[in-house]
Amino acid sequence: MSEFLLLYRLPAGSPDMPDSPRRMQERLQRWRAWFGELEAKGHLKSLGHPLESGGAVVKDGGGTVHDGPYAESKDILIGYSVVEARDLAAARLLAAGCPVLAYGGMVEVRPIRQM
Amino acid sequence: MTAALPDEHFFRRESGRLVATLTRVLGVHHLALAEDAVQETLAAAVEVWAFRGLPDNPSAWLMAAARNRAISLLRRERTARRFAPELGRSADAEAPAEPRPQGRLPEALRDDELRMMFSCSHPDISEDAQVALVLSLLCGFSAQEVAGAFLVSRAAMEKRLTRAKKVLSGSTTLFELGARDFHGRLAAVHRALYLLFNEGYHGACPDAVVRLDLCREAMRLVALLVAHAPAATPASHALAALMALHAARLPARLDEAGDLTDLARQDRSRWDAGLIARGLELLEASARGEVVSEYHLEAAIAATHALAPTAEQTPWGEIVELYDALLRVRPSPVVALNRAVALAEHQGPARGLEALGAMQGSERLSGYPFYPAALGELELRLGRATEARKHFRTAYRLARNPAESRFLERRLAECEARLAPR
Repeated sequence: MSEFLLLYRLPAGSPDMPDSPRRMQERLQRWRAWFGELEAKGHLKSLGHPLESGGAVVKDGGGTVHDGPYAESKDILIGYSVVEARDLAAARLLAAGCPVLAYGGMVEVRPIRQM
Repeated sequence: MTAALPDEHFFRRESGRLVATLTRVLGVHHLALAEDAVQETLAAAVEVWAFRGLPDNPSAWLMAAARNRAISLLRRERTARRFAPELGRSADAEAPAEPRPQGRLPEALRDDELRMMFSCSHPDISEDAQVALVLSLLCGFSAQEVAGAFLVSRAAMEKRLTRAKKVLSGSTTLFELGARDFHGRLAAVHRALYLLFNEGYHGACPDAVVRLDLCREAMRLVALLVAHAPAATPASHALAALMALHAARLPARLDEAGDLTDLARQDRSRWDAGLIARGLELLEASARGEVVSEYHLEAAIAATHALAPTAEQTPWGEIVELYDALLRVRPSPVVALNRAVALAEHQGPARGLEALGAMQGSERLSGYPFYPAALGELELRLGRATEARKHFRTAYRLARNPAESRFLERRLAECEARLAPR
């Protein structure tokens, strides 16, 4: 079994939120159902966290600070989780069920380096 | 992990409560800001709850979050005004105090929703727009969803809502429940909720789920009236009774195939006994006053149907009398049509046809499929299938949704079967 980091991304400037409470609730239910299924099947290593869109990027020995972490990126990282799967192909299959795909987002699947 | 949400309408209901409360706290001129704050709060809840599950008290969580969100929006707005004073109108004079933190008071929340309901029924807002406004502000429908429910374009609905919200946010304060014109305004609220329910029950929207939602929302809001002393008038009870008694028939109104079934052919064992009992209770409670409102009469008609074991055993004479009384209170061609149909049951199809022919204002029903359908039905009973087919064809052309079309198709097939050579 290997571990994979799932990074949930949305294109910058995408209308990422539905405008009606009913649709918002549907979205929430889809996420809960998806996490629930990952957990029930023993894939969920760490639920991870949702991320705010703001923040800062510090570089050049602290000399340069950007306002947003995504200043140079086309996507916004909206959250992450850690899952366990047999191999990358299996992890990709898990990611294919992620609700973010239904509203224009994507999931980056990154194997966690083992010692 | 926490289980799913309390019920599928949780967000929608909370949205209405939050908008109503924030609007009271911030002042009605900040209606748009309150709506933005609620929208952003629900969006944030989706992201946080997706990962962490629901908090112990989701309603209190949302209220606290919405209040904070509103404060930060207000700050941002004030900052914007400071740096661009020409954008803001006399900034500090109209800036409200920041919302005070307060505990969760179900009573106050209920009042907020009531006050918002009364505020939406503003005399300067048309009846149609009042219903749209209630759906938008109290029932958490997006402009797109309201537009879908009324079968108008999203752009037209947005315009209607924007105009109505401008009137609302231009009023100095939300409607005071103790105000002198309380009873006048209550009548407008009744009317708006009645229209909302009817749009769900008879409306043109082809999506049965949407229509059911409209009925459910109307019933939720009328329950607020009944639960709140100054608004719990006999007419409020009668309106609630009327909705419960009609809603009781919903499970039988659409058969297994999703097809419309008329009252006479409905499987009465599928009527919701709980809702009938509740409706009768409410009707009983509505009989306290002196005034017999149109809602009393409609509820009484629905109760008479609900209590009849079969269509044949319905006391049609009583129904006709109730329609006569209803026509005196609220003359309308639809009421006259229903009276004629009841009269046909009571005294035979020929009398019914006579009444339909003599109806005042039947030309106003030129777009209403059930006028020609009633003519067709009675002609068919008199054995005149050719005449009947002509009327059903007219009705079919006027059908407003697939359920109506299929219903009328079946009636046309019945005519053809009668006309076929044996």
